[in-house]
Amino acid sequence: MASSLRRDDPPATAAAPARPAAPRRRALPVLARHLAAAALALAAIAALTFLVGPLEHLRIARVGYLLLAVAGLQILVGASGQVSLGHGAFMFVGAYTTALTVLHAPAVPLAGVMVLAVAAGCLAGVLVGAATARLHGPYLAGATLALAVGLPALALYFSDLLGGSNGLRFALRGTPPELSGLLTDNQWKALVVWLTVLTALVVLATLSRGRLGRRMRAVRDDESAAAMAGIPVGRTRVTAFVVSAGCASLAGACEAYLLGTATPSSFSLALSLSLLAALVLGGLGSLWGALWGALALVYLEAAGRELADLLGLGSSVADNLPPVFFGVMLVVIVTAWPTGVHGALRRLGGLSARQRTPNPPSDPPSITTTGA
Amino acid sequence: MNQFVSLTFEGIANGAVYAALGLSLVIVYQATRVVNFAQPALALIAAYTAHTVIRATGSYWLGFASAVAAGTLLGVLTERLLLRRVQDRSPLNAVILTLGLLLALRGLAGMVWGNLQHSFPPPMSFRDLEAVPISPEELFALASVALVAAALFVLHRFTPLGLRMRAAALRPESARLSGVRVGLVLTAGWGIASAIGALAGMLAVPPLLSPTVLDAVFVYGIAAAVLGGLDNPFGALAGGLVIGVGLSYVSGYVGSELTTLAALAILVVVLSLRPAGLFSRATVRKV
Repeated sequence: MASSLRRDDPPATAAAPARPAAPRRRALPVLARHLAAAALALAAIAALTFLVGPLEHLRIARVGYLLLAVAGLQILVGASGQVSLGHGAFMFVGAYTTALTVLHAPAVPLAGVMVLAVAAGCLAGVLVGAATARLHGPYLAGATLALAVGLPALALYFSDLLGGSNGLRFALRGTPPELSGLLTDNQWKALVVWLTVLTALVVLATLSRGRLGRRMRAVRDDESAAAMAGIPVGRTRVTAFVVSAGCASLAGACEAYLLGTATPSSFSLALSLSLLAALVLGGLGSLWGALWGALALVYLEAAGRELADLLGLGSSVADNLPPVFFGVMLVVIVTAWPTGVHGALRRLGGLSARQRTPNPPSDPPSITTTGA
Repeated sequence: MNQFVSLTFEGIANGAVYAALGLSLVIVYQATRVVNFAQPALALIAAYTAHTVIRATGSYWLGFASAVAAGTLLGVLTERLLLRRVQDRSPLNAVILTLGLLLALRGLAGMVWGNLQHSFPPPMSFRDLEAVPISPEELFALASVALVAAALFVLHRFTPLGLRMRAAALRPESARLSGVRVGLVLTAGWGIASAIGALAGMLAVPPLLSPTVLDAVFVYGIAAAVLGGLDNPFGALAGGLVIGVGLSYVSGYVGSELTTLAALAILVVVLSLRPAGLFSRATVRKV
C-alpha cells in the first residue's frame, strides 16, 4: 500500500540491501556525521545573522522552530504513515509548559525548560498515541482534528492558571552580559532556537536511520506483513507518535521563548493544517523536505503581506493570502507534482549527475540478494 | 430537572445538525472511500452565497434554496475536476487534496466576504414554545434532517439510481460491466452529499457567519460519522444524536469551553472499544 504521493526514501523492504556494490564511504558513524553537519549548519546560520537586519532574525528563528515541528510531522506521516491533523495541539503543550515553568519556577535554566517541554510533549504523545493506536486513516485524522480544535480551549476553561484568551506573558533574559556588545537580543534568541532545533534534528535523523526508522517504514508499507515479521506494530506506531509530539512540543517551546507569550489563538486549526501543507509541499519522506516546507511557511506569509500592501489590498486579503496559496499548492501537488520540492530538486541533481558521466551506471538491480 | 429536559431537547436539535453533516461525509465515503475534509468549506461557501442572496432580495427561503444549489454545484465540481484525478491512488492523497481545498476555500471566503462576523438569520424564531422547551428553529432542524434521512433511505432502497449507487460503491468494475455509468453515479453521490452539507451549514451558522464558524461543527460532524462507522448512514444519525446530547450536557453542567474536548473523549472511548465505529462489521485485510 505504498502511497503514490511518492516519498523519496525507498520502501522498507528495499532499504537494507540498497546499493550492494557501492564502495563503503561511511568512514564516520552516523551520529558523528549528523553532529558535524549540525555544527556546520549552526555556524552558517550564525554567519547569516550578521549579514541581515533585526527583523530577519525573528524570521530565521521562526523558520527554525517550524522546521522542527514539520520534521516531527515528517516522522509521523512520512515515515510511519499516520496522518495527524493535530500537531498544533502539541505545540500548544510545549508553549504553555514553557510559560508556566518560567512564571512559576524562574530558577529553572533555559535548557531545563526545554527538557520539561519535550517531556510534557512526549507525555501528551503517549496519551494520544496510545488512545489512537488502533485507529487508521480517516478515523485517526478525525480524532486528531478534534484534538487540534479542542485542546487550546483548555486555556479558556482554566483561565486563572492559563490566562484565558489573552494567554500568558513572561519575560526572559536576552543576550548574556558577556556577549552583549557582540549580539543583539533577537540574534541571540535566533541562535538559541537554532541550537535547540539542530540538536533535536540530529536525534531525529539518527533515529530514522536506525532500527526505529526501519520498523516505522515497514509498518507504513504493510502493517500485516510487518506484524508477521515480528515487528511490534502497536508499539512502533505509538513510539512514532511520541517522538513526533515531542518535536512539536519543543517547537512550541521555542516559539514561546522567542515571543515571550503563549496564547491559545496562535495554535488554531489553521496552524495544524499549515504544518501538514508545508510537509507535503516540501516533500514527504525526507527531513530536507521539512526545511523547504518551513521556509515556505515563513517567507510566503511575508511575501503575501508585501504583495497585498503593494497592490493596496485590504487586510482581509493579506491575512488570507498564505492559506489560500497553501491550499492551492496542496491541490496542485497532489494532482500534478507528487514528490514536492525535495523530490524535484533530487531529480534535477540526478539528471545533472547523469549528464556529467559519459556512461551512466545502471540502476541497482531491483531484485538483490536480500538478507546478505 | 427543567434544565435537564431543556438541555436534552437542545442536544437532540444540535445532534440533528451534526448528523446531517456526518451523513454527507458518510455518503461520500461510501461512494468513493474518501473522507471529504473540504465539506465544511463547501458548506461555508454555500452559507455565504445565501448571505449574499438574502441581503440582495430580503427573502430567507430564496437564500436557502441558493445555498443548497451552490452546495450541490460545488460538490459536483469537486468530484469532477479534482477528486477524479487522485481517485485510483492512495487514501493519503485524497485526504491531502480535500484538506488543501478546505484551506483554499476558507481563505477565499475570508478574502471575498472579510474576516469579520456577519449576522445571519435563523429560518424561524429561536424562542422556545410555551408548552415544550423547544423552539421553532430547533423543530425545523429536526424535521428537515429527518426528512432528508427518510428521502435518502427511499432513494437508496427503492429507486434505480439508488441501486446503481450501491452497485458502483460495492463493485465498481462489475457495475460498469452491467452498464452502470459509474463516474456519473459517483458525481451524483457527491452532489447529494454536498447538498446535505449545505443544509447542515444553513442550520448551524445562525446567528453569526464568519470564515471559521463551521470548524467546531465540522469536528462534531466528523465525530458523529466516525462514531457510527463511516460506512453506515444510520450510524451517522445515531452518532450525531449521541454527540449532540452528550455535548449539550457537558456544555450545560461543566463548561461550554470543553465541548470539543468532550467530543474527543467520546470519540476515543468508543473507538478504543470498536476501532471502526459502533455499527461496523468485521473486514478481512489481505497481506
